[in-house]
Amino acid sequence: MTQQQALYKYCLRLGDNALVQSYRLSEWCSNGPILEEDLALTNFALDMTGRAQALLTYAGKIDGNNKTDDDLAYRRGEREFYNILMHELPYGDFANTIARLFYSATFEYLFFSGLMNSTDETLAAIAAKSIKEVKYHMAHATDWVLRLGDGTEESHRRMQNGISENWMFTGEMFEMDEVETLLAGVSVVVSEIKAKWLSQVSKVMAEATLTLPTDTYMQTGGRNGIHTEYLGHILSEMQYLQRAYPTATW
Amino acid sequence: MATDTQLALWEVFLQAKSGANYIHAGSVHASDKSMALQNARDTYTRRGEGTSIWVVPSDAIVASNPDDNEMFFDPANDKVYRHPTFYVMPAGAKAI
Repeated sequence: MTQQQALYKYCLRLGDNALVQSYRLSEWCSNGPILEEDLALTNFALDMTGRAQALLTYAGKIDGNNKTDDDLAYRRGEREFYNILMHELPYGDFANTIARLFYSATFEYLFFSGLMNSTDETLAAIAAKSIKEVKYHMAHATDWVLRLGDGTEESHRRMQNGISENWMFTGEMFEMDEVETLLAGVSVVVSEIKAKWLSQVSKVMAEATLTLPTDTYMQTGGRNGIHTEYLGHILSEMQYLQRAYPTATW
Repeated sequence: MATDTQLALWEVFLQAKSGANYIHAGSVHASDKSMALQNARDTYTRRGEGTSIWVVPSDAIVASNPDDNEMFFDPANDKVYRHPTFYVMPAGAKAI
C-alpha cells in the first residue's frame, strides 16, 4: 500500500462514517419524540452529510480518477464502504439512537481535536469545522443520556439497553492498521484517545445511574468492507436514483 | 383543542447581532432550561439568525388582556405630541 492509497482509504473511512451515520439519523425525520428533537437529529444528519461531502470530495482528488463526491457516495458497492458497523445498524428506539450518538460523538470530539493537528492541511481544516458541530452533538447526546438514565423506570431500562446493545460495536472506533501507520502525522493515533473516551463515558454513566458493560468481545469488519446485512439495504435505497438513472441531473 | 401532551412551553427570543434588541422568534417545548436552550438553538438558529438566545418559561410571561385594550391603548391614539415628529432631522443622521 502506498501513502496515497492509505490517504484515500483514510478519507473514505471517515467520509463513510459520516455518510452512513447521517443516513440513519435522517430516518428520524418526522419520527422524533417531539418536533424539536426531530429537528435536532436531522440537523446533526445535515452536519454529517456536509462532513461526508468534504471528505469524499477530498478522497476523489487523492484518487486521481476524477471521481466526484457523488461518484463515491452513490457508485460504490457495500464491500467498498469502510464505515464502522455501529453506524449502519437500524436505529432502534430513541434511547438506542442516543446511546450510539453519545458513544460516537464523544469519540469524534476527541478524534477531531486530534485531527486538527494533522500535517494534512485539508484534513486539519475539515476537523476544525467539524469540531464545533461535534461538540454540540456530544453535549446534546450527553444531556439525553443523563435525562433518560436518571429518569423513569422505563427510560432507564431503555437507555441501559441502548448502552449495552451498542457496546460491542465501540471497539472498531479504536482499531488501527497499516493505513494509520503509513499516515503517521496525518492520522490520529486513536489507541491513544481510548483512555480519555472511556473516562468521559464512564463519568456520564455514573451520573446517569447506568452501567457500562465490561465485555471485551468486540465486533469488527466495517473498516475493511465486511458489513452487517443492514448496509446493503441502506445503499439500495440511497443509491437507487443514481443506479436507475446514471446520468440524471437537476 | 387537543391537550398539549408535550413538555412545558418556553418562549424564544433571538438577538441577531451584538447590541440589537432580542426579538421573539417563537416557542419550543422542553423539560428544563438547558433543553429549552438547545431546542431553541436547533429550531430557530439553523440559518444564522442569531448570535444570542433567551428562553423564558411561557407561564412567566404576563400578558395584557384583549378585553382591556380600550383602557390600555386607546388613550394613546390622539396624543400626536408624544411622537418626536416635530423636529427637523439633522442631515446625515440615519437613526436616532
